Amino acid sequence: MNPAHEFVARDRAQHPPAVTPIYKTSVLRGPHRPLISLQNSQSEVTGPAFGNSALGPLDNDLILNHAKTGEPIGERVIVHGRVLDGSARPVGGVLVEFWQANAGGRYRHRNDSYVAPIDPNFGGCGRTITDADGRYHFRTVKPGPYPYRNRVNDWRPAHIHFSVFGSGFAQRLITQMYFEGDPLIRHDSILATVPDGAARDRLVARLDLDASVPLDTLAYRWDIVLRGSRSTLFENRLQGN
Amino acid sequence: MITPDALGYLPETPSQTAGPYVHIGLIPRQAGFDIFENNLGEAAFDPTAEGERIRIEGRILDGAGALVRDALVEIWQADASGRYPAQGMNDPSGRGWARTGTDFETGLWSFETIKPGRVPGRRGHGRMAPHINLWIVARGINTGLSTRLYFADEEAANAEDPVLGIVEQPERRRTLLARREVRDDRPCYVLDIRLQGEGETVFFDI
Repeated sequence: MNPAHEFVARDRAQHPPAVTPIYKTSVLRGPHRPLISLQNSQSEVTGPAFGNSALGPLDNDLILNHAKTGEPIGERVIVHGRVLDGSARPVGGVLVEFWQANAGGRYRHRNDSYVAPIDPNFGGCGRTITDADGRYHFRTVKPGPYPYRNRVNDWRPAHIHFSVFGSGFAQRLITQMYFEGDPLIRHDSILATVPDGAARDRLVARLDLDASVPLDTLAYRWDIVLRGSRSTLFENRLQGN
Repeated sequence: MITPDALGYLPETPSQTAGPYVHIGLIPRQAGFDIFENNLGEAAFDPTAEGERIRIEGRILDGAGALVRDALVEIWQADASGRYPAQGMNDPSGRGWARTGTDFETGLWSFETIKPGRVPGRRGHGRMAPHINLWIVARGINTGLSTRLYFADEEAANAEDPVLGIVEQPERRRTLLARREVRDDRPCYVLDIRLQGEGETVFFDI
């Protein structure tokens, strides 16, 4: 194995700790013992690869991919950005998946019993594969906020869940994207699990008027950063950059 | 926005919990609807793959001993000859990766797969015992948890495995060993994952 493909150590300060009392469910589900640090072997630096042939033509269009009798109700938005690694290199050809509530804040899920109605024309999930420059985009309706059982009156800000693969299984990441200007962001118990303010801010997508479609669809831009590969001085050659 | 550090490196995007509705995005059939023509990760290998067919299964338990019935588990493993697909897997009949949810009623997760072969250790030093990499996300799990399933009946290989070897306490090592049972005349390896407390599973910072 080429050591250049080992990943830099995950900077745990960017991530939430395992147990975060403000988000109560974590209190019984977060491990107490320290993680055991593992140097990368093939098991960590390799990972599954996906081709465009695995996806359908509407998989990145949540406005159309579950449309039955018409289009879903809600604010039409494009979400786009790039997947980069820690050295600011594009991560191309990787699977990005996303899921969300509908415009009323209701998920199409058998366990969601919120009073807001299911939208018959909205599924709420999609996926795409980044291009060679690491770019992704999809079209959807902006999700609504919704209440959830944590503190007595907790509401989630509008958000979209993201799942990202890198080139190695050690880069696997699930996170959530928020929308610039949402007043619920500063009250959110789940975003608050990320201890660093600058890190929280990196989960907020920016309105991108230039990428919007006039008279049709607004756009938000959000870039995702996966762990980078390590530069290793190996046999007198600098590898990995 | 993302500001590079003084050396030009970018900080990793923070993790957030997958939440209670992770099924919608990753395994929509379990959420209760069918949307994609091709559902990814339903099988790690197709029926023609070489190797011993096995089932692996278990439960996930929280710090109070309650079943975690809304988790998602992904596996990533080598083929029967010990190769991962990224390095030119011999066998085109599988990708070595699959995912599933714990059952909403029973809390069980399971995979039908093949037993992986031994993979070279880091930088080719020695060989690791057969193992399957697990990645677990759920409501209440802030950052995905990485662990491994080893096979309890591989005693000799396990004894020289460099990863099991860095787990200092032998009783903690045992949290990674799946026990072999026979179900319907077929081998089934069982591993319960304990997120917290007594018998807490070893999770790795990979």
